[in-house]
Amino acid sequence: MSDALPIEVTSPVPLLELRGISKEFPGVKALDDVSFAVYPGEVHMLLGENGAGKSSLMKVLCGAYRADAGEFYYNGEKVAISSTADAQQLGIAVIFQEFSLVPYLDIAQNIFLGREPKGRIPGTIDRRRILADAKRVLDTIGFDIDPSTTVDKLGVAQQQMVEIAKAISQNARILVMDEPTAALSDRETELLFALIARLKADGVSIVYISHRMAEVFALGDRITVLRDGRRIDGVRPADVTPDQLVRMMVGRNVDMTYPRNFADKPGELLLEVKGLTSSTGIADINIEVRRGEIVGLCGLVGSGRSEVARAIFGADPVTSGEIVFDGKTMSGEPDLSARRGIALIPESRKSEGLALLRSVGDNLVVSALKKLFPSGLFDQRSAQRTSDGLIRQLRIATPSARQTVGLLSGGNQQKVVIGKWLAAGSKLFIFDEPTRGIDIGAKSEIFALIDRLVAEGAAALMISSEQVEICHVCDRAYVMREGRIAGHLTRNELTEENIVRLGMHHA
Amino acid sequence: MTDITKEAMMPPRSFLSQDAIQVFYRLLAALLICAVLAVLSDSFLSLGNILNVLRQASLTFFIASGLTLVVLTAGLDLSVGANVALSACIAGTVIHKTGSPALGILTGLACGGIVGLLNGIMVTALRIPSFIATYGMLWVLNGLTYWYMAGETLHGFPAGFRQIGSGYLFGLPIPVYLLLVFLGIGTLFAQRTIWGQEIYAIGANPVAARLSGIPVARRLLLVYAVSGTMAGLASIIFLSRLNSAEADIGESLTLPAIAAVLIGGTSLFGGVGTVFGTFIGALILTLVLNGMNLLSVSANWQPLVTGIIVILAVWLDMKTRRRAQ
Repeated sequence: MSDALPIEVTSPVPLLELRGISKEFPGVKALDDVSFAVYPGEVHMLLGENGAGKSSLMKVLCGAYRADAGEFYYNGEKVAISSTADAQQLGIAVIFQEFSLVPYLDIAQNIFLGREPKGRIPGTIDRRRILADAKRVLDTIGFDIDPSTTVDKLGVAQQQMVEIAKAISQNARILVMDEPTAALSDRETELLFALIARLKADGVSIVYISHRMAEVFALGDRITVLRDGRRIDGVRPADVTPDQLVRMMVGRNVDMTYPRNFADKPGELLLEVKGLTSSTGIADINIEVRRGEIVGLCGLVGSGRSEVARAIFGADPVTSGEIVFDGKTMSGEPDLSARRGIALIPESRKSEGLALLRSVGDNLVVSALKKLFPSGLFDQRSAQRTSDGLIRQLRIATPSARQTVGLLSGGNQQKVVIGKWLAAGSKLFIFDEPTRGIDIGAKSEIFALIDRLVAEGAAALMISSEQVEICHVCDRAYVMREGRIAGHLTRNELTEENIVRLGMHHA
Repeated sequence: MTDITKEAMMPPRSFLSQDAIQVFYRLLAALLICAVLAVLSDSFLSLGNILNVLRQASLTFFIASGLTLVVLTAGLDLSVGANVALSACIAGTVIHKTGSPALGILTGLACGGIVGLLNGIMVTALRIPSFIATYGMLWVLNGLTYWYMAGETLHGFPAGFRQIGSGYLFGLPIPVYLLLVFLGIGTLFAQRTIWGQEIYAIGANPVAARLSGIPVARRLLLVYAVSGTMAGLASIIFLSRLNSAEADIGESLTLPAIAAVLIGGTSLFGGVGTVFGTFIGALILTLVLNGMNLLSVSANWQPLVTGIIVILAVWLDMKTRRRAQ
């Protein structure tokens, strides 16, 4: 622990200290003797691959899990955190990636949910006071909005602000944030960073989980790296390089440049989209993808990238335009597209990609049932062989094909989603944010996999908000803006600046 | 960690899933009930009584087996009882008018199937939640049946036809043979066809199923049509067993069928359960009612006991599943 202690600290006593925390689940040691200290007014970065134990540690912190072993100290005094109420009392609040707001209640009601000020008539709520109190909390975090707005009208960034306001209203002194910028635009991210600075100045400590290197160095006062449930090291940002951090996280050298063999001469035309328009807000989309190519589809969040992917796959209705795949005009539901050889790896693995309560094996064969069993008769043994093969091929970390897929880490879940289309023998793979919420080690594995797919004659259309990834991986890219294709960048023109320039509004 | 790697190395075991384990526990429960009843009542173990239990369970099972498929897709079919009534009345009329049991059977099955298909269309094309669509259908079917029968009772069917519900073959009631046949077909369909697999996938996550290339709407249509057809089948057996048909015969059928599905371990949230489990569910339900009759417990207690068993079964399921995860 000594190496984690800062040289110059405002307070020598940590606000919260965890010593020797262990947590075991059947077959998995989620946390193994982890020690961890948060000082007042600091941003403490928590780094690690998916499955390294960050989420478990977070859940122990907020009392959702009870640690099997270990001690907690608050301002140097021994305390117990065995329930969420304990954690709340100590001023620990967690902003999860999935928000816990009630969509049809307004901001004020959400902030004070379960703690509403009572009105004069028993059983009523003092509406005027709840609005005034909410306004005051919102002001302290610099969020200028009418507290009587219902939450379902808010964007992701604004909902996050409400979550933070809720935490602050509960006198949170330690704010745990799980990848808070994952769904934010650049501008929203800046606003969040400004808020974090303000909270820090007020003495609030922030435990910040991130997969983005830039954030770690821009925000972090201290970094704790976890791997396989163990604390690997505690460092200060000034003392390490990104490469060193990556090495600590994965325990081996990982090339962050995702090398690939760019095709000199792309193959035959596989997908041709002509003037595609859909009621989901995209218009006049023209895209070509050839065999052997990885084509990027970039632009700001909300520019219509996912809608293009869904329209090509048949998941959204097409109002006009034409999709020619493998020489034939296509129209129809996803089952037709899938049978013709198109694969969609959707943006949200959990809600759109996987049947979480089913097994890894069930999920791996679900798109290939017709291909594997042309007679229509399903054979568990043969399905098992196919899924075992895919598990080996994709190096999916799972005890067996019978494991429930919801229990795997994000990267392994993503491999299962890709695997099901490998089993189906798809020719065109449409990836929608394939690396979101995935650790760096798994990222390069997934890119290597995409590279191998196109090298074998498939084609890929890849949506990503990470412009670095697009630049490193894609042969060329389309940039979208406000539901239309704003421009096309060849391999030589493919730079982050060009993507941003084309994708910006009013460019 | 070593245990995990060991398990990964192990040759694939015979397929013993969570489902199989649950069915096993249910079989144990059924056997336990049998043992208790055998001790408490002399007449329980008599051949006549056991065959009686099986025959009664078969009626619930026919309706519940189709319903199981619907529930596996996270849907519900509340119209099965009313469907039995309408199908029985129409089939009965056809037999009376034409004198042909075969034609009557076909009409009954077709009527059930068409009703199911209409349910499926409401759920898929009109996107009405199945609970509401089939609830509305329940009233529509009741209305049609009452109007059609106008308070009359159909009775007196050909002796050959009556064999289906009350006849014996090699000492076993014919409905028991039908039960075994449809138990086999249902299990094969759910576990050993790609349609069955797709139904489980739809129930577990309909959005992901669609984006995985499963024709969700067509499979749902199939599932509701099967549920309706099984209600049609039940109507035939009912008709031939009772030798009569009235407009209100379906009213006491829907809730026990749902109870059998739930006691059998199929989750109302979809994606989890088996047809075999439903069979055990129907058996447990019948055994308990039979036991109460044998022990001369007032019939007024039966709904209460059924309710407690349903709640207990679902609660235990959720508990074991939570522990497993």
